[in-house]
Amino acid sequence: MSASALPHSTQLDAGRRSDDGAPAARAGARRLLVRVVALGYLALLLLAPVAMIFYRTFEHGLGAVWSAATAPNAEHAFWLSIELVAIAVPLNTIFGIGVALLLERGRFRGKALLSLMIDLPFAISPIVVGLALVLVYGRTGWFGNWLATHGIEVIFSVPGMVLATAFVSLPFVARETIPVLRELGTDAEQAAATLGASSWQTFRRITLPAIRWGVVYGVVLTTARALGEFGAVSVVSGRIEGKTLSLPLYVQDRFENFDSTGAYTAAVVLALLALATLLAMNLLARRANKASGANTPTPAGGRRPPIKNPKHASAGPAEVTI
Amino acid sequence: MSRPLNDPSAGALAGAAGEGAGGPLSAGGGPLPWRLRPSLGGGGRLGSIGASVLGRGMLGIYLSVLVLLPIAALLAQASHGGSASFWREISTPQAVAALKLTLVASAIVVALNAFFGTLIAWVLVRDEFPGKRIVGALIDLPFALPTIVAGVVLLALYGKGSPLGIDITFTRTAVGMALLFVTLPFVVRSVQPVLLELDRTMEEAAASLGAGELTVFRRIVLPNLAPAIASGIALSFARAVGEFGSIVLISGNLPFKTEVGSVYIFSQIQDENLPGAAAVSVLLLLCALLVLGTLTLLSRRWSRHVR
Repeated sequence: MSASALPHSTQLDAGRRSDDGAPAARAGARRLLVRVVALGYLALLLLAPVAMIFYRTFEHGLGAVWSAATAPNAEHAFWLSIELVAIAVPLNTIFGIGVALLLERGRFRGKALLSLMIDLPFAISPIVVGLALVLVYGRTGWFGNWLATHGIEVIFSVPGMVLATAFVSLPFVARETIPVLRELGTDAEQAAATLGASSWQTFRRITLPAIRWGVVYGVVLTTARALGEFGAVSVVSGRIEGKTLSLPLYVQDRFENFDSTGAYTAAVVLALLALATLLAMNLLARRANKASGANTPTPAGGRRPPIKNPKHASAGPAEVTI
Repeated sequence: MSRPLNDPSAGALAGAAGEGAGGPLSAGGGPLPWRLRPSLGGGGRLGSIGASVLGRGMLGIYLSVLVLLPIAALLAQASHGGSASFWREISTPQAVAALKLTLVASAIVVALNAFFGTLIAWVLVRDEFPGKRIVGALIDLPFALPTIVAGVVLLALYGKGSPLGIDITFTRTAVGMALLFVTLPFVVRSVQPVLLELDRTMEEAAASLGAGELTVFRRIVLPNLAPAIASGIALSFARAVGEFGSIVLISGNLPFKTEVGSVYIFSQIQDENLPGAAAVSVLLLLCALLVLGTLTLLSRRWSRHVR
């Protein structure tokens, strides 16, 4: 028994160390098969199509791409998408940090319910998001009459697109910040408080520096989602060319007008932004990995400047007596 | 529900950040005076920022305007005409066909995901080959790529004039393909960290007792991965059921053939049949939540059982 067991364990242990004997060879072949199947699947589903889109875009030459990219409607769509991101992302960032603090540090009833609410946008189809917004802010919606008499256009106009974008990208910052806050614990915050720091000071000087990579990671995810949102925005935008077409909507518009170069060009712009997002995510993950040890405020933290408070200016937390 | 709904790619980061942060702070039982008095410093506690009336009020208003009111309006619209009208709206032949396609396609896609996702996670953790890190990073591409671009990307290779000579546009295969593309990362990203943490000694023990590689995988590895696979499946399913952007270009949206639930809802909104749109929306939402809830519970129970 042990004779046949040896090749197995070395196989498991040392991967590709060449080991004579039929079982090891068979296991090696199996390993290769698994690798080929997994990578082949990825290549066919993911890599080849993504590579192909770049080829398709440039097959008619750079000139065609340039004129497609600088078409007035394309430029407008690009800037509209930037505008949506510029409004929705800061709002969701503030909201995300606030809710994360509330869920991790606050004490109140209905916490589980709030947590569930925050996650709702992940579980709801973008189309349903759009529909729900129409039912409130649309012409026949709950606030339809009131908005119309005050001359405020929400649906089929930019404010509605902002709402849709903010809705679908709502949870990211909160979800990325909550685990970091939980890991952080409250010791350093309580120490700051005992030293007389106000809650705002504590937040700015202790909590925010410690959670910043989580927040930034959430912001990156929020931005990517906001930039690429299609379904929800498509319901509420009304698709008025040169007015309410964001970049993803413009891709569809060009496709339906048989302008494949225009569609591929806009799609490539979005794909490049997505690749940049991916890169940022990986760099941030590595950074957070490295930084988490060094930048976490430790109770004895000599690295952190003391909190400005005349009474305790020089008192390190370790000297506090209670 | 909150845990698995978390973007799976985030888990790695949070976990990584946690390892470092966990040291001095949460190690429990440091001889620090304030550790003994949890109630201390209540006035300056951070909770008070979030808990301040103003802050809470603003968070509440934002959440209401953005999420709660619209969802309430959706539920109100769907239940407006009572159960009879709800039933009528979801049982029109076109709606039934769309719902059936959505659920069947999602089920097939999820099954394929469970298999290939686990396989890919396995290769990424246990195998070594050049370019592994790049492959690992690219797994998240479908999360980062806008859904409409996902559709365009698939059209570029599998659409008209495909260099492979395959044209799947306007077929149900296209629907499945689009769903596979956008849900690819879920199972991979939920299985990968578990596989990474899995104690190899169990497998080595089994192998030394004469178990072959397949037996070890089936009897040792798979049961440990099951909770992660289940939560990956749940997330994939919830995503697939509501998917719109990646499908809309490549499927052609032919009623009774390639029209999925979300596209049906969209067409009902265009036709100003809001009750119909709302009824089908609520049904799809319930399906997603049901699968999500069930599998999350199962996954939790299994992980308690195994560890």
